Amino acid sequence: MSLTLQNVSRVVEGETWIDQVNLSLEPGSFNVLLGRTLSGKTTLMRLMAGLDRPTKGKILMNGVDVTGVPVRERNISMVYQQFINYPNLTVYENIASPLRLAKMDEKEVDRRVRETAAMLRIDPFLDRLPLQLSGGQQQRTAMARALVKDSQIILFDEPLVNLDYKLREELRQELRALFKARNCIAVYATTEPNEALALGGNTAVLNEGRLLQMGPTAEVYHQPKDIITAEMFSEPPINVVPGRVSEEEVTFDDTVHFRLNSDLRRLTPGEYQFGVRASHIGLVPHSDDDLELPVRVDLAEISGSETFLHVHNPHFDLVLHLSGVHAYQVDQEIKVYFPTHKLYAFDAQGKMVHSPARMRDQ
Amino acid sequence: MQIKVENNKAWFLVLPVFLIVAFSAIIPLMTVVNYSVQDIFDPYTRYFVGTEWFKQVMLDSRLHEALLRQFLYSFTILAIEVPLGICVALMMPTKGRGASLALILVAIPLLIPWNVVGTIWQIFGRADIGLFGAFMSSIGVDYNYASDPTDAWLTVVLMDVWHWTPLIALLCYSGLRAIPEVYYQAARIDQASRWAVFRYIQLPKLTNVLIIGVLLRFMDSFMIYTEPFVLTGGGPGSSTTFLSQSLVQQAIGQFDLGPAAAFSLVYFLIILLVCWVFYTTIMNMQKDK
Repeated sequence: MSLTLQNVSRVVEGETWIDQVNLSLEPGSFNVLLGRTLSGKTTLMRLMAGLDRPTKGKILMNGVDVTGVPVRERNISMVYQQFINYPNLTVYENIASPLRLAKMDEKEVDRRVRETAAMLRIDPFLDRLPLQLSGGQQQRTAMARALVKDSQIILFDEPLVNLDYKLREELRQELRALFKARNCIAVYATTEPNEALALGGNTAVLNEGRLLQMGPTAEVYHQPKDIITAEMFSEPPINVVPGRVSEEEVTFDDTVHFRLNSDLRRLTPGEYQFGVRASHIGLVPHSDDDLELPVRVDLAEISGSETFLHVHNPHFDLVLHLSGVHAYQVDQEIKVYFPTHKLYAFDAQGKMVHSPARMRDQ
Repeated sequence: MQIKVENNKAWFLVLPVFLIVAFSAIIPLMTVVNYSVQDIFDPYTRYFVGTEWFKQVMLDSRLHEALLRQFLYSFTILAIEVPLGICVALMMPTKGRGASLALILVAIPLLIPWNVVGTIWQIFGRADIGLFGAFMSSIGVDYNYASDPTDAWLTVVLMDVWHWTPLIALLCYSGLRAIPEVYYQAARIDQASRWAVFRYIQLPKLTNVLIIGVLLRFMDSFMIYTEPFVLTGGGPGSSTTFLSQSLVQQAIGQFDLGPAAAFSLVYFLIILLVCWVFYTTIMNMQKDK
């Protein structure tokens, strides 16, 4: 069972929501749709499900054109951000509902419901009503409803957003394991790069209705095709610094420059945008040719046991991702070390023209 | 020893409410209680009669009939208005200009004063010049609400349905709007039928507004006075004489203040009791689920 989108667009009231997306999803694959809010993730999923019709383009399932086939005649499941269950049916009946609608034999229904409930660890609550459960358990029930029938496509529309951090991690792990053994196509929309990385599989990056890049998650992370993908696919976003490449050196401004290393020598002289990941800038030098930068602290943002340090020099702002909790005074002067070997370079159009050598090998 | 400072200022804040309630409810109610235990001839001649009036009222067959009629009436209109209101709400458009237009059209009957509603239906049902009455006679139905008790009943019920179904419809409409779109979407993906969507998504989500709607409609219809008074005057005979009309006849028509006061109190207790039973039953039903 494969799903192919050919040149799919959706225009609503003159506004383009999805712009010529080409996408091919293989059976048994786990696909993450990564994009900011309003990037078109939900719209794309609705098109895949058959809830909406594309304005242009074709949708193929196993090579068969299903563009006009309504959702009722397709075999799909969907899990939403909200916990959608039938409020006055028990958890058992909720999970059983898709099977009952398919007129399945009662014994088989019972076997499947119990099996799926056990898999999602909600089997002790089968007699309860959804509202008597915690948020995590309600969402597990909704997931069980989606998983219990053998759908060819299962769509997850930001299913973990409304859960707390711990539950999110837990469910994310389980979800990945649940799909290992299945031969259906899973599509998972999220705004969080960390979630995409944790889920693995493939990642498709969406921005303003356009598909920017699609590929194995790690590859998209290490080899972003353009600046938007690079920015979107890291938390905190990759630092972008404008600079100029000349015959022998890279210049950020009159005072900050370094000699071209072997790594960057392939770049033709001109203006570039240089990207450096927040986790690659350090407080101590990691190699001899790290560029020392005197900066002032704007803010030390502590998140869990990590610190996002926002700093600036007269020409640009940077964010550092440091492990551990670090306290800094605002306006404190410190030195940071800029890794000249771990730079991405983007051209004037935002296309990536250079990625660090180590990343290329992976 | 700990010194306890009492601050009684809060009582001043409650005072306005206390005064309003006293003048609007407690004092009038006590006046009625006062009447109900005395036989009053003129402002200077009065006798304490104890529970005499209550006995008389409780044994009065007119009251029994009116009470029976009243229950029959309230349950009839509830049985019609609730399902009908839900249907109307389900059919109302949800988006665009149609939605506001439908809202206005549905709300119109609610905006008409009660005695005007009575007058409208009085004319509407007349066999000679009324649209409805003339139509009925033209198709050969012998319809006359002024002389036939069944026709009178039919007209009073129809009038109430016309006047108050919109209330249920609007309550349900707002209840339906509160259901997130994804529920319907999920139902479509589950390949659920229209009936299943209503039974398992819409109806459960409407329960709360329906409880309010039914309670409001029950209390209101139990106290109905103006519309039948204008339309039929309680007739023909006493076929559409409901409790409040019976009460007014006694208090103002015959000026029997004592029995009328006793009647009022009994009436008040009946409404209170029925509403309490109704409310507790529904709340228990909800808890059991």
